[in-house]
Amino acid sequence: MSVRESAVPAASQTGLAANEGSAATTLPSSPRRGRADWRGRLEIALLVGPALAMFLAFVILPVVMAAYYGFFSWQGFGPATQFVGFKNYITIIQDPTFQQALAHNGLIVVLSLVLQGPAAILLALLLNRKLRGQSLIRVLIFVPYVISEVVVGTGWSLILQTQGALNGALDKLGLGTLTQDWLSNPDIALWTLMFIITWKYIGFAVILFLAGLQGIPEELSEAAAIDGASYWQVQRRITLPLLAPTLRIWAFLSIIGALQLFDLVYIIWGQYISSTAGTSTMATYMVTNGRNAGNYGYGNAVAVVLFLISLVVALVYQRWVLRRDTEGAITGGKRR
Amino acid sequence: MTAMTAGTPARTITKVRRPIRWGTAAAYVVAVVVIALMLAPVAYIILGGFRTNSQITADPAALPGPWELGNYLAVLTGGIFWQEVLNSTIAAVATTAGVVLLGLMASYVLARYRFRGRGVLYATFAAGLMFPMTVAITPLYIVIKNLGLMNSLGGIILPQIAFALPTTIIIMVPFLKAIPDEIQEAAFIDGCSRLGFFFRMVIPLAMPGVVTVGILAFIASWNSYLLPLFILNDDSTFTLPLGVQAFSSQYSVDTARVLAFTSLSMIPALIFFSVFERRIVGGLTGAVKG
Repeated sequence: MSVRESAVPAASQTGLAANEGSAATTLPSSPRRGRADWRGRLEIALLVGPALAMFLAFVILPVVMAAYYGFFSWQGFGPATQFVGFKNYITIIQDPTFQQALAHNGLIVVLSLVLQGPAAILLALLLNRKLRGQSLIRVLIFVPYVISEVVVGTGWSLILQTQGALNGALDKLGLGTLTQDWLSNPDIALWTLMFIITWKYIGFAVILFLAGLQGIPEELSEAAAIDGASYWQVQRRITLPLLAPTLRIWAFLSIIGALQLFDLVYIIWGQYISSTAGTSTMATYMVTNGRNAGNYGYGNAVAVVLFLISLVVALVYQRWVLRRDTEGAITGGKRR
Repeated sequence: MTAMTAGTPARTITKVRRPIRWGTAAAYVVAVVVIALMLAPVAYIILGGFRTNSQITADPAALPGPWELGNYLAVLTGGIFWQEVLNSTIAAVATTAGVVLLGLMASYVLARYRFRGRGVLYATFAAGLMFPMTVAITPLYIVIKNLGLMNSLGGIILPQIAFALPTTIIIMVPFLKAIPDEIQEAAFIDGCSRLGFFFRMVIPLAMPGVVTVGILAFIASWNSYLLPLFILNDDSTFTLPLGVQAFSSQYSVDTARVLAFTSLSMIPALIFFSVFERRIVGGLTGAVKG
């Protein structure tokens, strides 16, 4: 990538240039530099403008609005006039229902990592070899991830209800003592949820890890094998460390996803049962107490709390974990 | 040890050692067990649609006997299902087209132009990854309401495009950076403008990445639930996920028909995915390696 020095005089002296040493190409600047500058800027504006406008209007603006309306008691129509300061936030923090939801989210974050991570690594290692029907296996493992949450939720709730297929199958196998009220027993419901989450999302982790494994040069493990390392030694000392960047990104996506979990819980447990069954999350709390209760100001405040928690977690994670991957996809902001 | 040909990606870690034979056998066993676990609920939904309610009540976990086509036929001949398929298709196609077009344009600039503020711009888009729609949904609803887009598909298409942009940009930028500079130079020497280069060279060369992000956007839109739940209140605008939910609460006693409806609604995404599976995996690889 040394085009910069060659035929084309580098544009790095013009105002257009940024002092970046990355792989990006330098534009060939025309002799009439001023005009080229203008054209370049116009092109940049034309090409980025629409995407940026959409992004600001539908992603950034709502977040800012949430911060504003969170300070009001507001029913969702007309201008918000009833300023209540931090009252919404105090209510949220003191509400035991929210505290429970927060605790559930925390548990879901940890359990998602602990349950899916090792299982997905093992599966990826197992599948990362020449198998007959390899691509078919990969497609099938990924199937639950592709199916919509609504379908998954509807299907599982029919299977798991008291008179459902699982209890029926257990009865038939003579394991009638194991039948449970899988969905509404508060001692079990969270684990049922974790099972469904694992079922649905592990395929994503496996595919991600397989992709990461394929990026690891074969020569390394071959060399180690020739030096007498056992299969598991090779995996532990060579494959896993090299897979670490992928693992870290997966963990990040998993944590954020677990903090924002909504669809599955809301579909399977609905807004009222989820809190008695012990599966409510911050997001279901937000929808139940915000939109469904008509308290949009309050709902926005919950959104802000959810946002701040996610942000803090994301920043801490980036600072302490992802920083090692200097060029990782999500750490893009650190590039300058 | 067979030498890998240069073009194929290295799939196997090692084939040199004895224990691997056992490993391969174990891999098959594990793969079969896992796949059975993955597919059992899906099979339950599909097969359940072929049963009658009395069959389901009598024995919730059994195969259809006799097979009953009535549920599927009833769903397929009813108007609701097709209306919702149409709505879902319009939303997904429009979202995909928008994401690909806008995402490609922005990624092209971020990958191949150098200008002050590029890092900030990239970071802004990348930050979007941290904020899934859940966080913004309440105010987003207000934005849509103020735009007068309630109960219209436009009201879900526009936000979906916006929220899919971060992933798209993060996947596309490395793709576009990887286009060799020589090609660009050659094009410029031949008198191609930068925009001409974009349309004539970049878009064809970026096709694999485009397909990946396109599929991801399509499936995400096809499956999306929270946004339509907030924006669409009128049955005639329902997309399939809302339809499945409405249907299953409306016919909650008619389990068999709910199962038939549910299984029909997941077929398009499944077909779409199985056709393009390799592309998705390829795209994820690119994204992970940055």
